[in-house]
Amino acid sequence: MENFPLLTTVLLAPISAALLLCFVSARAVQSVRVICAAAMTVALVLTVYAFFSYDMSVGGMQFMEDVPWITDLGVHYALGVDGISLPMLLLTELIGLAAVFSSWSIEKRPKEFYILLMILIAGVTGTFIARDLFIFLLCYEVVVIPIYIMVIIWGSTKRVSKEYAGMKLTIYLLMGSAFMLVGVVALYLQAFPPEMRTFDMQALAAAAQAGSFSEEFQIFAFFLLLLGFGSLLSMFPFHSWSPDGYAGAPTAVSMIHAGVLKKIGGYGLIRLGLLVLPLGAKFWAPLIAGLAMINVMYAAYIALAQHDLKYVIGYSSVSHMGYVLLGFAALNVVSVSGAVANMVAHGVMSALFFAMIGYVYERTHLRSVRELRGLAHQMPRVATGFMLAGMASLGLPGLIGFMPEFTIFVGSFSEYPVFAVLAISGIIFTALYTLRMLARILFGPRDSRFDHFEDARGVAMMPLIILGIALVGFGIFPQLLMGMVGSGTEQLLPLLDRIADAPAVLGGIR
Amino acid sequence: MNFAAISTEIFILCLGLFAIVMDLVLPEQESRKSIGGVLIFSLTGWFLYMFTLYNGQLDPMDPAAMAALADRFFYQGLYLVDNYALFFKQMFILATVLTLLFAADYVQSVLRYRGEFYALLMTALLGMCVLASATDFLTMFIGLELMTISFYILTGARMNSKDSSEAAVKYLIIGSVSTAVMLYGISLVYGATGSIQFFEVCRSPHLFFPLGIAGITMVLIGFFFKLSVIPFHMWAPDVYQGAPTPITAMLAMGSKAAGIAAMMRALFVAFPMLGIYWLPMLSVLCAACMIFGNIMAMRQRDVKRMLAYSSIAQAGYMLVGIIAADPAGMKAVMFYATLYVFANAGAFAVLSVVEAQKGSTSYRHMAGLAQSAPVLAAVMTISLLSMAGIPPTAGFAGKLYLFTAVVDQGYLWLAFVGFVMSMISVYYYLLVAKAMYLGAWDGSSLAVSGSTRAAVVLSVLATLLVGVWPEGLAELTNLAASTFLQ
Repeated sequence: MENFPLLTTVLLAPISAALLLCFVSARAVQSVRVICAAAMTVALVLTVYAFFSYDMSVGGMQFMEDVPWITDLGVHYALGVDGISLPMLLLTELIGLAAVFSSWSIEKRPKEFYILLMILIAGVTGTFIARDLFIFLLCYEVVVIPIYIMVIIWGSTKRVSKEYAGMKLTIYLLMGSAFMLVGVVALYLQAFPPEMRTFDMQALAAAAQAGSFSEEFQIFAFFLLLLGFGSLLSMFPFHSWSPDGYAGAPTAVSMIHAGVLKKIGGYGLIRLGLLVLPLGAKFWAPLIAGLAMINVMYAAYIALAQHDLKYVIGYSSVSHMGYVLLGFAALNVVSVSGAVANMVAHGVMSALFFAMIGYVYERTHLRSVRELRGLAHQMPRVATGFMLAGMASLGLPGLIGFMPEFTIFVGSFSEYPVFAVLAISGIIFTALYTLRMLARILFGPRDSRFDHFEDARGVAMMPLIILGIALVGFGIFPQLLMGMVGSGTEQLLPLLDRIADAPAVLGGIR
Repeated sequence: MNFAAISTEIFILCLGLFAIVMDLVLPEQESRKSIGGVLIFSLTGWFLYMFTLYNGQLDPMDPAAMAALADRFFYQGLYLVDNYALFFKQMFILATVLTLLFAADYVQSVLRYRGEFYALLMTALLGMCVLASATDFLTMFIGLELMTISFYILTGARMNSKDSSEAAVKYLIIGSVSTAVMLYGISLVYGATGSIQFFEVCRSPHLFFPLGIAGITMVLIGFFFKLSVIPFHMWAPDVYQGAPTPITAMLAMGSKAAGIAAMMRALFVAFPMLGIYWLPMLSVLCAACMIFGNIMAMRQRDVKRMLAYSSIAQAGYMLVGIIAADPAGMKAVMFYATLYVFANAGAFAVLSVVEAQKGSTSYRHMAGLAQSAPVLAAVMTISLLSMAGIPPTAGFAGKLYLFTAVVDQGYLWLAFVGFVMSMISVYYYLLVAKAMYLGAWDGSSLAVSGSTRAAVVLSVLATLLVGVWPEGLAELTNLAASTFLQ
């Protein structure tokens, strides 16, 4: 397996599935689905293999591939994974496969749907395995347009029309990326003299260490990146696309968007923001911590008032991203590990939530907490899925959500004691809206309106099984996840030591 | 007299004459598609042959190489065939071939005078090629007029359409005014410097006097009209909308690129010393183009009209590379102009099918295209995204080249404007996608001929290939930019 291009295969699996689908008849619906499921299974199996054969004692980038791509820009087709990106890659493939199964019963133009879904998954995969900034940007921007088309064709109109939701989603993300692109261009030009320029992220980080970027430049460039990645991570005040977008989107898009796409924001902040612009990260950290607090409290507060299930989960995801931001802003190894692990945890649970909501909505055409009730009588398996996701969301020990959140609180307490206490109290809100929602829709007296709806079985069970295994598995064996993440964040230690005394905005409030 | 240097121009002229003769020889009722076929084959052949004409880097110390340099001039330095000119000529020929491919059906079903269409297209192409090579103001002017006058006629070629006639008259009047302004500017430059040759003009110290500066400004204004740079853009929307779709395509990809080619040569060869005057002006106009072109495009209800405004914005993007005023910027402009040809060829090929079979290109008529002709809808979407600069289309790499070049020269604010506005432009490009994918389908299906299919497939494949692997085109443009004037 030494020379096998594992990551390229993982990337090409969905792309080749999409190409293959172009030549499959639109009426052969079953073959369309099976091809996608097979491609994603291949990708998932290879990723799992990579996850377990990654050598944590060595650390750093592994499974590397490098092909010169555009010589005059210094772009390399360079892939590789480390302890930070490998969990994200695993998350992508898990949710990708689950999303293929959740879309099994789509009847409207299934071929086009699956082609776009495969492009979307390929784009997200590419961002996590790219070691080259150009490839990263390329893959990141690729995903935006398929999402738009999927939302306007297969989305649903409830509180906002799907056209509005799709356009809002697209414009927010693209505007964020416009600022990010300016930052990246400035970074690229500043790092090396002409003729030596490169988009290699490790080379850029090395240039930062060698002092190519002045402190002012780092502060400026990090702010631009923060606008881009922050709006992707639904950081307050750039969060409002997220609930609307998820509500309008079809199930698979909601799953991938909330599950992994959002995480590109956090991943980018660490990979590019922290590693390449450490002084900038240090400078803006107090601001990020403050905004993170608003994310946690404000979004949880709004989630309390929502009736549409997708809005509840949408705001809940904004709230959870607050924890990720807080972990990042505390800038120590423990808290950053927590942030990365929490992205994985939230990815799995929100994808499971959206898969279950999608299943219920598809059958009953209802999504409102007011109308759904007592579903546990008719759909015990779906109820199990809801309960698993809900309990993980409020951080029940034994499920995936507990360890990451705990780690974030431990890590950030020393840095921002007030914020950490506030964030912990945010869990109460989370518990309140999650439990209230679950109690209303799952339990209570049997409602005969729902009697003729079937429980999930066969293919419809697959998302629950795939995501449930990850949810429980990583919950019972947290070391699997935390060890991997830790081996990735260890490399930050010298870097964080170096910036410990650097100036910060607002005098580094605590 | 080294006639080998102008072999391309002679070849194109012969093709134009051939088209006229064929039109006279063929019986009245017979289809004129055969003329188009001959032109496509000969131009493609010549396009491929031109790859052999590129010269490598010259060593200035080597006297033999410098002597060979004289062979690239024609008529005592009035005309220069360097890699830069070759590259642009290839681009014009490529644009013409793609247009001819998808125009065949349109010409046959919509236009009354078909043979003339082909002949005039060749003279327009000839004018563009002259523009790319001209190294003195008079030759440049002749090229410009040859191109523009051919387009005046072609714009009015839809004889039974009021829009088309209105567009032709409007284009003629505004075009003539801009020609007059430019000619006056040239005369002022001549008055100040005593020469019309670029190489001699640049050596003259008199350019710095008000007379010379006024002259330069007027010459630039003449170019701005051709490039539809704000505030000289008023003609573009009406002309784009009224002209037959293949001609609109040629206006967008050929005429604009030819104007850029001539303007870059004039600015960098004749007026390089006056950069302090034209750089600030150019950067303000460039930002204005990017901002207002994109904003005005949002409110349009006709795709051709929208593309006219979008082409104003695109002119702004290309000006970004000129403002960088170095080989990297020049290379970026050439790169971007090429991928803009591919994007436009795809988009206008789709529009010409829609216009020929549905009679209009308003958003309403685009509705349901995803069902009536799924390939065309996909091509349209990808082409528009390339104009917006969304990967994996070529537009992304092109914009990255443009903006890295200009940021390197210290214009970070232009990169801000450019990136933000190009993301905003996605909004109106997606409105077209929305109409095609969501609009109600009337159950009809569009007939797409083989040659149109070839045009759209070629252009989309090129857009995607350059987007994912820009290396080939980047190397060619690098060569052309780094050997500018050799």
